[in-house]
Amino acid sequence: MSIAGLRDNDGRKSALNVHALRADAQRESLGLLALLSPGLVLVFAVIIVPIGWLFWLSLFDEAGQLSAANYARFFEQASYIKTFVTTFKVAFVVTGACVLFGYPLACMLSQLPRRAASICLIFVILPFWTSVLVRTYAWLVILQRKGLINSWLIDLGVISQPLPLANNFAGVVIGMTHIMLPFLVLPLYASMKTIDVDCLRAGMNLGASPAATFRQIFFPLSLPGLASGVVIVFVLCLGFFVTPALMGGGKVIMWAMRMEQTTSLYSNWGAGAALGVVLLGVTLALLGLFQRLLGARATGVWSQR
Amino acid sequence: MSMENSLPISHRQRLWLYALGGLVMLFLIAPSVIIVIMSFSGSTLLEFPPQEWSLRWYESYFGSVEWRDATIVSVKVAVMTAIVATPLGTAAAYAINVGTLRLTGAINALLTASLIIPVILIGIGTFFLYARIGLNNTLTGLVIAHTVQALPLVVLTVLSGLRSYDMNQEKVARNLGAGRFSAFFQVTMPQISFSIVSGALFAFITSFDEVVVSLFISGGETTTLTRRMFNALRDQIDPTIAAISTCLIVLSIVLLSAAQLFGRER
Repeated sequence: MSIAGLRDNDGRKSALNVHALRADAQRESLGLLALLSPGLVLVFAVIIVPIGWLFWLSLFDEAGQLSAANYARFFEQASYIKTFVTTFKVAFVVTGACVLFGYPLACMLSQLPRRAASICLIFVILPFWTSVLVRTYAWLVILQRKGLINSWLIDLGVISQPLPLANNFAGVVIGMTHIMLPFLVLPLYASMKTIDVDCLRAGMNLGASPAATFRQIFFPLSLPGLASGVVIVFVLCLGFFVTPALMGGGKVIMWAMRMEQTTSLYSNWGAGAALGVVLLGVTLALLGLFQRLLGARATGVWSQR
Repeated sequence: MSMENSLPISHRQRLWLYALGGLVMLFLIAPSVIIVIMSFSGSTLLEFPPQEWSLRWYESYFGSVEWRDATIVSVKVAVMTAIVATPLGTAAAYAINVGTLRLTGAINALLTASLIIPVILIGIGTFFLYARIGLNNTLTGLVIAHTVQALPLVVLTVLSGLRSYDMNQEKVARNLGAGRFSAFFQVTMPQISFSIVSGALFAFITSFDEVVVSLFISGGETTTLTRRMFNALRDQIDPTIAAISTCLIVLSIVLLSAAQLFGRER
C-alpha cells in the first residue's frame, strides 16, 4: 500500500482513511482472536498450567526446601540410569526397525498406480486408527508363552520349549514397532510421491545405472521425509507408556512407566515431575533441532492421514 | 500410469520390492485380523484357528454390567468431546487460515501442543490439576481433557479443507451485505462441511481410544472402556477382550470409511 503516495495527493483525507483502515484491521484481528481464544484457553489451562505447576514442584525436595535433589537423583540412583538406558535402547531399536520395514513399504506405495496405492494405504491407516490397547492385546495373544507363534512352532516341531517373546524386551520392541510404523511410513510416502521422475530420467540419461540412480538421486530426495518420520517415531518412543507397561512383564521399565510409578505408587510428585520436565526437554530439543536442520514441522504427520 | 513415476529398476528387483512391501503390510494388518477371528472362538484357550465357533465372548461382553457401564461412559464422553471440540477447532482453524494474525508460530505451537508433549506428562498434569478443582472421576473432566487431545486433529482437518476453499467467496458475500456470521454459515460452512464432519469423527475416535490420560483421571462410576481394558490386561488375558477389541476395530473401520467418504465428496 502506497500510503505515502496517497498522502502526497491529499494529506488530510487519506490520513483519516489510514485511521479507519487501521481501526478496521484491529477490529478484524480482535474478532479472529476471539475465535481462537476458547481453544487456546482450554489448552493453556489443561496442559500448560499443570506442567508449569509440576515444574515448580520439581524444584523442591520432600522437606519443602528449594533444591535440585529431584534432578540429582537421575545421576546418582542406578535404577534411574537403568530406566534411561532402557528407554533409549528401545527407542533406537524400534526406530531402526521402523526404518527397515517402513522404507521398502513406502517405496512400494510410491511406485504403485494411484488406485492400488490408495488400497494398500488402508493397511497403514487402519492400524493407525485402531486403539493402541487393541493392538497391544493382539500382540500379547500372538507372542505370549502359550500364544500363537509358540504353539505353532511347537506343533511344527521346530522348538520344544516356548520362546520368551512377550513380557520382555523383544515383546516391547515388536509391539511398539507395529504401533510406530505408520508414523514413519506416512511422511516418507508423502515425500517420495513428490520426487520428480524427470530427475531420475536425467540421471539415467547421463549414464547412471539403476542402482546408482536409486542411491544418488531417489534416496537423497527421500531423506527429508525419512528424517521427519524418524524424529517423530523416536520422540514418541521416548514417552510411550501403554505397550511397555503391558508387554514388558515388569522387567522393561521405560521413562513413562517410571513417571507413573513415582507419582501413583509412591506419590512422590517432585520426583515424577522432574522426570516429566526432563522428558519434555529432550522431546522439544529433538524436535527443535529437527526443525532447525530441515525447516519442517514434525507434526505434519497428523495432517497427512 | 505406473511407468510415469517408477524407479528404473528391473522386473526382478520390482518383484522383490513388492514382496517385501507385502510382508510389511501383512505385519501391519495380521494382528487385527487374528483378533477378529479369535473373538468367535468357542474355547477359553486362545487358539488359532479356533477349533469351534461361538459368540460366547460377545455374550460375556454384553452380559457384564461392568463392561457395559464402561462402554456407556466411553460413548458419552466421545460424543460430548466431538460436540465440544468440533466448533472450537473449526473456529481456531478459520482464524489461522485468514493468516493476518501475529504470533502464528506461538498459536500453532499451543494448539498442537497435545500432539507433541508426552501424553504421560499430560496425564499426570491433568490429574494433578483436577485433584485441586475436583474434576477427577467426572464426565466433565474427561470431556475437557479429551477435547484438548482432539482439538489439534480437528484444527488440522478443517484447516486442510479451508486451504482448498477460495476465501474470496466469503468476501464477496460480505461485500454484498452479509454479516460475518451469516457469510460463514451460509457460504463457507456448506463448502467445508465435509472436513468439519471428518474432524468431528476424528475427535470422537480420539476420545474413544484414549488410554493414558483416562487412566489417571477416570475411575469409579466414570471408568472408561479403555481404562477397564488396561486394568484387565494387567491381570490376565481374558478372551472377552478379543470381542471388545473386535467391536473397536469395526468402529474404527466404520468411522474411517465415513471420514473417507466425506473427504471424497469434496
